[in-house]
Amino acid sequence: MSGATLSGARHLYVHLPFCSSRCGYCDFVTAVGRRGDHERYVRALLGELELERAVLAPDLETVYLGGGTPTFTGPGALATLLAALPPSAELSVEANPETVTPALAGLLHDAGVDRVSLGAQSFQPPLLAVLGRVAQPDDVRRAVHTLRGAGFDNVSLDLIYGIPGQEPADLERDLAEALALEPDHLSAYELEAKPGTRFTHRHGAALRRQAEAMESYFELVVERLIGAGYRWYETASFARIPELAGGRDLRARHNLGYWLGHDYLGLGVGAVSTIEGRRWRNAPSLARYLGALARGNVPPREVEELPPGVRAAERVLLGLRLDEPLALAEVGGALDHDELERLERAGLVASNGGGLSLTRRGRFVGGGVTARLLAPTMSG
Amino acid sequence: MDQQHIRNFSIIAHIDHGKSTLADRILQLTDTVSARDMRDQLLDSMELERERGITIKAQAVRVHWRGYELNLIDTPGHVDFTYEVSRSLQACEGALLVVDAAQGIEAQTLANAYLAIENDLEIVPLVNKIDLPQADPDGAAAEVADLIGEDADRVLRISAKTGEGVEAVLDAIVERIGAPEGAPDASPRALIFDSSYDQYRGVVAFVRVVDGVLRRRENLRAMALGTRFEAQEIGFMSPAMRPVPELRAGEVGYVITGLKDVSELRVGDTLTSDRAPATAPLPGYKDVKPMVFAGLFPTESDAYPELRDALERLKLNDAALFYEPETSQALGFGFRCGFLGLLHMEIVRERLEREFDLDLIVTAPNVAYRVRGLGQTDWREVHTPADLPDDAEEVEEPFIKASIIVPKEYVGTIMELNNERRGRFDHMEYLSPERVHLVYELPLGEVVLDYYDQLKSRTRGYASFDYDFDGFRPGTLVRVDVLVAAEPVDALSLIVHREFAYERGKALVEKLREEIPRQMFDVPIQAAIGARVIARETVKARRKDVLAKCYGGDITRKRKLLEKQKAGKKRMKQVGAVEVPQEAFLAVLNLNDSTRRS
Repeated sequence: MSGATLSGARHLYVHLPFCSSRCGYCDFVTAVGRRGDHERYVRALLGELELERAVLAPDLETVYLGGGTPTFTGPGALATLLAALPPSAELSVEANPETVTPALAGLLHDAGVDRVSLGAQSFQPPLLAVLGRVAQPDDVRRAVHTLRGAGFDNVSLDLIYGIPGQEPADLERDLAEALALEPDHLSAYELEAKPGTRFTHRHGAALRRQAEAMESYFELVVERLIGAGYRWYETASFARIPELAGGRDLRARHNLGYWLGHDYLGLGVGAVSTIEGRRWRNAPSLARYLGALARGNVPPREVEELPPGVRAAERVLLGLRLDEPLALAEVGGALDHDELERLERAGLVASNGGGLSLTRRGRFVGGGVTARLLAPTMSG
Repeated sequence: MDQQHIRNFSIIAHIDHGKSTLADRILQLTDTVSARDMRDQLLDSMELERERGITIKAQAVRVHWRGYELNLIDTPGHVDFTYEVSRSLQACEGALLVVDAAQGIEAQTLANAYLAIENDLEIVPLVNKIDLPQADPDGAAAEVADLIGEDADRVLRISAKTGEGVEAVLDAIVERIGAPEGAPDASPRALIFDSSYDQYRGVVAFVRVVDGVLRRRENLRAMALGTRFEAQEIGFMSPAMRPVPELRAGEVGYVITGLKDVSELRVGDTLTSDRAPATAPLPGYKDVKPMVFAGLFPTESDAYPELRDALERLKLNDAALFYEPETSQALGFGFRCGFLGLLHMEIVRERLEREFDLDLIVTAPNVAYRVRGLGQTDWREVHTPADLPDDAEEVEEPFIKASIIVPKEYVGTIMELNNERRGRFDHMEYLSPERVHLVYELPLGEVVLDYYDQLKSRTRGYASFDYDFDGFRPGTLVRVDVLVAAEPVDALSLIVHREFAYERGKALVEKLREEIPRQMFDVPIQAAIGARVIARETVKARRKDVLAKCYGGDITRKRKLLEKQKAGKKRMKQVGAVEVPQEAFLAVLNLNDSTRRS
């Protein structure tokens, strides 16, 4: 079955909301500064872990620390947390480049962290300024070297493209700069101007003007990264091919868990869990989260039941992001088969041997393809 | 009342020249309606009519003035309803011809005045709105006097708004308009000049009794259609319904028939006694045929039954509305509807959307064509371009005689427009040193597209327009088909003159390229005559359409985004693999002008 193993969830997400400053485009649950709350927050996390331990499998496949800026968390609190987390086959931490000191790198490595994901975003100072990022290009380079020096052999870089004012040559330079650091993994996202954010208010008009000029950026990113020996294994994710990585599969196992529809437990303020057809989101308020766990209660949550039809639809929307086929038997009921046929004829979808996947062309328009593939009865 | 003391009259005027205001003032002055009950434009009972400032359904109101019974028969005010107007006029002995003191004669003034003259009515000319600062009563009076061959002194000057001069109008009705001259003792003959449907009482006929007497509880017969019924109630309106035992020769009133279908009782038909019928009906009955057709399709196919019910209900009150089921490969199940004209079509469409809350795709309107197949002798009518056979030996299209009035500086513009639309100049005359009346013969098919909009925009709103149907004429017509992603879209086919086929086809595919949003693949759009492609454009594929990132925390949100994206597509029609927005089906209406010019 689709990851809803009877023996419990094998993926654990831990949210660390603290940041030194807030980036304009970010819409995650974050808290700026609040140094005094870090210890207390980690205690709350561990409290929530105890309350939920029953839903976890005894042997975890992955643990992922996301944020926020997990590495902005005070080192003492971070070490406490890492020491208390259950063991897993992959332990990832997100980091902002400016936070990566040799001491931090050592702390992470000693605590068993085996994968670090660095938010580089761009190597052009003016574009970094538009995004409101603190780290400068040199911080990124230094961070990579520091991590390598501490023994990390699985470092990922995040890039953002489609930044207001970004020319095709800027993107080419960003890609070249990133590749020069020989990351094991790259995530490249088009900037999403989310409605209602200050960023969109400020830059929305410019982005709309540039939309047509930037239409080819996605293709450029994919071309360059594949050309440099990376596997385009998910819409926005690229892993160095095993031939260039000592035979290792460098895909992000934790994220693969999401895309394959596995169950996961999320801990922390605003964190989301999906377990056996039920999804819940912890309240996004830090005060309420801390308050509830201080009293030994689960934090306030918003619960969403996922009926089988919705789960199948999600399997399609997530599974088609990958470069490996999705088992038709699992999702057949969620599909509009007339559309499937049309999209196949249009060369956007391929179905064979009981598997469904997007063609290379189809992957560039995967959102639109998925919207059409899903049967109209899909509800939620 | 004896016939000597009865006067039956209509008011004819161009839109907005003050017909309804004058009618209201007459009701007030004659104490038919108390000031308290007065509301503006009382006779325009339907909401839509009031908004548009026009009257669709004629009604008759009886008023009393200095010992005389006056029956005011309201006429529909638009070109599409010429036949109804002519029947209303036939029920009268005279007409008030109202002309706006600031505007002067307009195309509709002419058309209605000619209709009145044809019906041998005594015309009482009057110039309205003399209170307006920009009024030119003398100029307007001179134009009217000239038009009807009357002395300018006999043109009344009034302001229906303030009431000034309206008493003199009532006196003129009594003095100038003749009394009815029917045979009071003959078998009854009553002209039906309008009908409407009441959900409790069935069809109500508005009649002018010409000869004899109509009595309550009498069995009546409509002579042309043969419909029989019992007169459940007979009466007149003042303006509320007032039942009476009988209506006598010369009188105007209503008959409640109990019939359930307005099409059983047609305007222009003659009511007579079923037991002792008249030997001949009144002259002039005509079966009005729809001239303009369009496909009406529900945006969502499951709304088809609702559309059918709505059309059924509209038809109850609108005998001129025609509809039959139509199946389009592109648009699914819908109806091919026939209308008297463009305004009629617009009214029906608005009522469907407003009163019945339906989302509709209305295809570009087209006219009725007469077609004779290869080697055949029979003609048949084609109501939709897709039905025009490839092997037609002869095709005929309807022509109109168009009457256009414009300030003289626009004459060149009008001629240019009419030439673009295959118009044939008939004649032109000066109504005054400033204003010109142009008469053209035009193919109706060229007028139903955006002719009226063009006329208005190219003359900055100064042109007025009216037309009369002028018969079918042979034409060198071809069907241009449109293929979207190699699939023929029947709803986009059009019939055009062979000479215009290439440029219209080209303009249409260009317009479609703009209207059809980019898809996930290239979409070729072609125009073809038979198998020959005459124009081609391509909607280039979108290069990216992905949700940038998607992790455990935002699956729900992303799923909802896709659902929204999917819901947005519901407002499009799926043609093969291509999503086509509604606007595209009207693309033919909005072709760039320059592309029309030959």
